[in-house]
Amino acid sequence: MTTVINTPGIPGRDGSGHPHGLDVIDPHRIRQDFPILRQEVNGKPLVYLDNAATTQKPQAVIDAISNYYLHNNANVHRGVHTLSQRATDDYEAGREAVRRFINAPDANEVIYVRGTTEGLNLVASSYGRRYFKAGDEVIITGMEHHSNIVPWQILGKEIGIRLRVVPFNDDGELLMDQYETMLNDRTRMVSVVHQSNALGTVNPIPEMVELAHARGIHVMVDAAQSVPHMPVDVQALGADFLTFSGHKMYGPTGIGALWGRAELLDDMPPYQSGGEMIRSVTFEETIYNTLPHKFEAGTPDIAGAIGLGAAVEYLESIGMERIAAYEQALLRYGTEKLRDIEGVRLIGTAEEKGGVLSFHMEAAHPHDIGTILDAEGVAVRTGHHCAQPVMARYGIPATVRASLAFYNTTDDIDALVKAIDRVIEVFG
Amino acid sequence: MASLPDNPDALYGDVIMEHYRSPRHRRRLERPDAEAEEFNPFCGDRANLQLQLAKAASKVAVIAGVSAVAEGCSIIQASASLLADGVHGRTVDEASDLSQLFRDLMQGKPLPPVALEELGELSALEVVRQYPVRVKCALLPWVALEEGLRRLNRR
Repeated sequence: MTTVINTPGIPGRDGSGHPHGLDVIDPHRIRQDFPILRQEVNGKPLVYLDNAATTQKPQAVIDAISNYYLHNNANVHRGVHTLSQRATDDYEAGREAVRRFINAPDANEVIYVRGTTEGLNLVASSYGRRYFKAGDEVIITGMEHHSNIVPWQILGKEIGIRLRVVPFNDDGELLMDQYETMLNDRTRMVSVVHQSNALGTVNPIPEMVELAHARGIHVMVDAAQSVPHMPVDVQALGADFLTFSGHKMYGPTGIGALWGRAELLDDMPPYQSGGEMIRSVTFEETIYNTLPHKFEAGTPDIAGAIGLGAAVEYLESIGMERIAAYEQALLRYGTEKLRDIEGVRLIGTAEEKGGVLSFHMEAAHPHDIGTILDAEGVAVRTGHHCAQPVMARYGIPATVRASLAFYNTTDDIDALVKAIDRVIEVFG
Repeated sequence: MASLPDNPDALYGDVIMEHYRSPRHRRRLERPDAEAEEFNPFCGDRANLQLQLAKAASKVAVIAGVSAVAEGCSIIQASASLLADGVHGRTVDEASDLSQLFRDLMQGKPLPPVALEELGELSALEVVRQYPVRVKCALLPWVALEEGLRRLNRR
């Protein structure tokens, strides 16, 4: 893969060599890598704070995708011609990049999917149909995205499994003692979000895995919001499955990855069927292909996989430790600023949380806040964030959510605060 | 998408803010002749309409009782309140005509000369057209109204 990566300057570090605070990254240099950020919206500089919905794409990702279509477009794993070989090499290089990024033991355990939603559905459908029987239980948490609720509910209707939900406290932290008591002989799977999209809470995955594994229960992790913002090591987490989306980690839409332990994936039936996923087909019998192809029926999103690989390389060039440290510092800055505004109630105040500032204002509905913020050039998400049970937990219909990326600056937070002041002027 | 008006506060004019802050006709009816509710699953907004008919002196049934309860943003609440004011005292057919007129206004269709007079305060919601994503907020109570009117006609 011939992707040019703009390497940002190495900013100051403290004597210990560990990154700390806002000085670990120079966001103004980073912003040069993201052409889309150089624009005005409604006459104001764009302040993009909707990164939990989707992140912007660096030039390196855009170049990798257009390079594929300009020079290498061909189907993968099918032809002996040169273009097919190039496309296959770059497509598989993306898989290896993903493996390295999450420290998976083997690239064959990395399955390309459309995104986190498909990763969760694949496991629920394939693993669930294989192993679950009536009366079995699946444990999720009260802060799951709908995509980690509905697939299990569908299985519940089909097979008769029971969904158990770990509650959380007012700060948005899981009640671990309740989790522990929910684990029992009927539990077949724990499927849990790593970082909540609505609250920002980072859940204690290693601890949850340890408790589950002690009873021989497998753990699935929805890492859509964590992989883009912190170092994620599947072996350190100890989980059995982990899935995430490309477009939330500065890569393209329509591509993501599911990692799973080979011994589990090997034993699971295919999720979809067609080309690529077979070794041989007669009308009497089909022999499935090996991992990862068994789970990749049909022509895949080749450009997407190559773009995802470029996104991984771009993030590696900056370093996930530094990204996490910078975003944590920006989160602290934003939390203090929003706490100072009378009438703003932060939703999600966990000790361990990522760059999500979800809030509610008694004076104005989130839609009205969103419209006024947009007029100020500030892009945020308003709504239930596909996590209606979370909204119900706090007794509110929706929140406004500002979510951070490492190209955001303290100026962006200040613009948000100024725009909220406008809301108070209008609705006050 | 159209750009926003120069004054970002244009959406929040006096009529809309007044009806948002003090919505009319929110009291529930004891014996509604029809009730309808609409819900937007994307944002959680909800509008519930109750209608009650009574024979006027002219012997034509008019909407003598209306209750409009909306949950959500300022636009849906103002729209529901203005709707309730607008259909109160009208026949089912007149209410249906008003609903069509309001839809045409929100969708930017050409209106007959008498339309603005007919719409009255409702024309204050025309500004919402400049915020296309908010048009569905303004229309939600009217979807409930149309269902309510259909139910009245079926009685």
